[in-house]
Amino acid sequence: MRRAGVPIAFSQGFTPHPKISYASAAPTGVASEAEYLEIGLREPVDPEQLRAALDAALSPGLDVLDAVVAQGGSLADRIEASHWRIELPEVEPAALERAVAAFTAAEEVLVERMTKQGRRTFDARAAVMSIDLIPPVATPSEAPGVSCAILELVVRQVTPSVRPDDVLSGLRVAADLEPPVSPRVTRLAQGTLTAQGAIVDPLDADRDGASIGGR
Amino acid sequence: MGIMSVPSTTPRPAAANSVWPRLEPLLPQVTKPIQYVGGELGAVVKDWDTAAVRWALMYPDAYEVGLPNQGVQILYEVLNELPDVLAERTYAVWPDLEKLMRAHGVPQFTVDAHRPVRDFDVFGVSFSTELGYTNLLTAIDLAGIPLLAADRTDADPVIVAGGHAAFNPEPIADFVDAAVLGDGEEAVLEITTIVREWKAEGSPGGRDELLLRLARTESVYVPRFYDVDYLPDGRIQRIVPNRPDVPFRVHKRTTMDLDAWPYPKKPLVPLAETVHERYAVEIFRGCTRGCRFCQAGMITRPVRERSITTVGQMVQQGLEFSGFHEVGLLSLSSADHSEIGDMCSGLAQQYEGTNVSLSLPSTRVDAFNIDLAQELSRNGRRTGLTFAPEGGSERIRKVINKMVSKEDLIRTVVTAYTNGWRQVKLYFMCGLPTETDADVLEIADMAHEVIRAGRAATGSKDIRCTVSIGGFVPKPHTPFQWASMERPEVIDHRLKLLKQAINADRSLGRAIGFRYHDGEPSLIEGLLSRGDRRVGAVIRRVWENGGRFDGWSEHFSYQRWVDAAAEVLPAFGVDLDWYTIRERDELEVLPWDHLDSGLDKDWLWQDWQDALVEYEQDDCRWTPCFDCGVCPSMDTEIQIGPTGRKLLPLTPVNGLKVPTAAPQ
Ligand code: B12
Ligand code: SF4
Repeated sequence: MRRAGVPIAFSQGFTPHPKISYASAAPTGVASEAEYLEIGLREPVDPEQLRAALDAALSPGLDVLDAVVAQGGSLADRIEASHWRIELPEVEPAALERAVAAFTAAEEVLVERMTKQGRRTFDARAAVMSIDLIPPVATPSEAPGVSCAILELVVRQVTPSVRPDDVLSGLRVAADLEPPVSPRVTRLAQGTLTAQGAIVDPLDADRDGASIGGR
Repeated sequence: MGIMSVPSTTPRPAAANSVWPRLEPLLPQVTKPIQYVGGELGAVVKDWDTAAVRWALMYPDAYEVGLPNQGVQILYEVLNELPDVLAERTYAVWPDLEKLMRAHGVPQFTVDAHRPVRDFDVFGVSFSTELGYTNLLTAIDLAGIPLLAADRTDADPVIVAGGHAAFNPEPIADFVDAAVLGDGEEAVLEITTIVREWKAEGSPGGRDELLLRLARTESVYVPRFYDVDYLPDGRIQRIVPNRPDVPFRVHKRTTMDLDAWPYPKKPLVPLAETVHERYAVEIFRGCTRGCRFCQAGMITRPVRERSITTVGQMVQQGLEFSGFHEVGLLSLSSADHSEIGDMCSGLAQQYEGTNVSLSLPSTRVDAFNIDLAQELSRNGRRTGLTFAPEGGSERIRKVINKMVSKEDLIRTVVTAYTNGWRQVKLYFMCGLPTETDADVLEIADMAHEVIRAGRAATGSKDIRCTVSIGGFVPKPHTPFQWASMERPEVIDHRLKLLKQAINADRSLGRAIGFRYHDGEPSLIEGLLSRGDRRVGAVIRRVWENGGRFDGWSEHFSYQRWVDAAAEVLPAFGVDLDWYTIRERDELEVLPWDHLDSGLDKDWLWQDWQDALVEYEQDDCRWTPCFDCGVCPSMDTEIQIGPTGRKLLPLTPVNGLKVPTAAPQ
């Protein structure tokens, strides 16, 4: 923010904090192509100039794609679901297919995870709206010659949140699927849900139809 | 409000020899994986194949401590500015990742392009403390490089140690190929030139020839070219070259004219949390206050100031590049700069109303004053203030040549309190030569008086001070290099008495925080700092038994060091006590006598004798040269101001910084 010269607003009080809030940040160790954040400013700026300034100030690999002026309402309320891709190297697609079938067939799949409140058990099944196997040819693998199964998931935002690792735990619980190598997870999109189960860019609501960003 | 969309990672194209594809799957299983991914602002990734000379630079501690290190950042930038040279960084990996790397065959890697350390030509390791030695062994071993320098081949990089601890590299002489004493800016350039030429000639004579060429510079120490002979009683008889074409003594490097070396220009901005997130600029090097325990002051002589104008320019560019909002004016005694007042007021004025704060990490009691206090607090934020009287009694302060009076200290601290500081840290040492319980107990009186005077001056009960105690460790190239250390039990007992004395007055005691290090780690630091080549076997044994991160109290195990010493040292007829609590005499050959810091050994001995009779030594910046030996032997001179110049207010640049040409 400083490097980009953003006129950021600070909270009042003894130790002022810059007004930045992240909505539903991806867990550690997960790649993402769709993270959103909200910043409070002292004065109005042109969103495209803000985008370009921040993009230039951030390290390579952290790209700012779009910025809009918020018209009200909280960003967090617009994050209703996330679209994930999970690459499972050295997992046979057939084995994965069996696990997914077992997972889908179940009504409830209880999994455990350490949260800030301690160890919790919760259902990983209900929040999963879709879970699909993708033909491996669709993505290049960095280790050729090794089989790699790929999943795509759409998961609803619930509390406690169901993350991709919870779904993987679910596959273990439902069908003993144990990936030999750490899976690679990427968030492809997040946003509001349509009645058809599609994810809509949460910035759309502020956009008056026309895109301001450089997408 | 603005809302935006940021993808957190787009895959960076992996370098040809990158271990990233094998490392990435391990990262979700370790703590703080972000420390291993690199990609910081200021990081440089260059093409491997077109680089003529490749350096891997290491700070042998965790990323959070190592990344802010100035020495490594400076050398990284100096080297990467050369078009045909590539420098990358590597840090100590935590035991959780070490285990996984071993299990999956992933070697020690650089964070910049994740290349295996073994692929580089030179592996430079920076030691500001000896407690990084076990981490050096982990890195060498994980890199797949033979632990012993003698076992290495042309396929291995040349391992070079630098930093303050390299002034006695004997304990790690078996593990490193070379060591550089003193400033690194020109040294790394000279080493690079030698490696470049040798490679261009087709690497004639292999590794041996390269090391010989380095040794012939007389400022790179190559331990394998020197033999150590011992006397029957365990003392060293002599250390002499074992071949005709290497120098008898190796000299330290001194970079003169700091204005010509304005680094770091592009400070690294970490993505993970680190011990310091600030733009630090060294305002001078060297210190001639002459505190007798201070190795840094002795080995970095003479004083060389950076001018107020260069400092101003570096701060401006450094902040603009990094976005940091704290500036550290670094040196061994920052308030001693001849233009510190103008520098602080100039900077405070330039950054008025911008949230940028200034800090002086090392401030002497006698050089701190009201003006400085006000400039440091001008932008509202008051960073911590630490003063280091080091000794509790007037007597012991004469022994260590830290000439601050109790009155000065109290006046200074009260100045800070009346200028709005609520909390001040006072730093002392325990275990100093000739020290008695009474010397240490005077620390309690001093702290009590500070609080009493502070309350009286501010009319407030809301002031505090923290007394922080470190153990004294005698260091090579200081007047105390001959001194005996105190046993840990004695130190711990004195600290207990001190704590009781501080709390003897409940009201005052409540306003005083007490922090200390036990005597045990200091004893081991003492073993390592004054050790000789035989201590290498102890380091190796400790490492084999799991010793890692010895600078961290939660990882340090005193017992492991004691056991290892008991196991390997008797074979040489010596023991842990012999290295630590034994006082040396004038004629003993010290393990570092062939390494020339410029200081005249006779002068050091005289200063040691003066210490014992509590005789003080002046500062050669303000009184005539007292012939410590450095300037004539190193062909250097004091470089100080004032230049008389001032910093002009900057025209503030407001608004978004949008790049003119959109990056592709
Ligand atoms: C900032 C600072 C810290 C910071 C940051 C440390 C860091 N990550 O760098 C913090 C607060 C964390 C810190 C901690 C400690 N510090 Co400190 N610290 C300093 C300070 C003020 C500045 C250091 C600095 O940046 N110097 C400037 C750089 C450019 O110098 P440099 O690193 O030596 O590098 C140059 C050369 O040595 C050489 N070089 C360095 N590496 C290499 C490598 C190669 C291959 C080559 C060829 C050359 C080379 O080239 C460089 C450029 O010329 C110094 C005082 C001072 N002014 O030096 C004390 C100082 C270094 N610290 C000291 C101590 C004792 C400690 C602690 C052990 C304290 C403790 N008891 O916990 C810890 C150890 C932490 C650790 N594990 O490393 C002592 C060292 C004592 C000694 N050698 O006798 C000093 C000298 C202070 C003092 N007067 O007592 N410290
Ligand atoms: S030689 Fe003289 S002037 Fe130079 S550092 Fe030593 S005492 Fe100071």
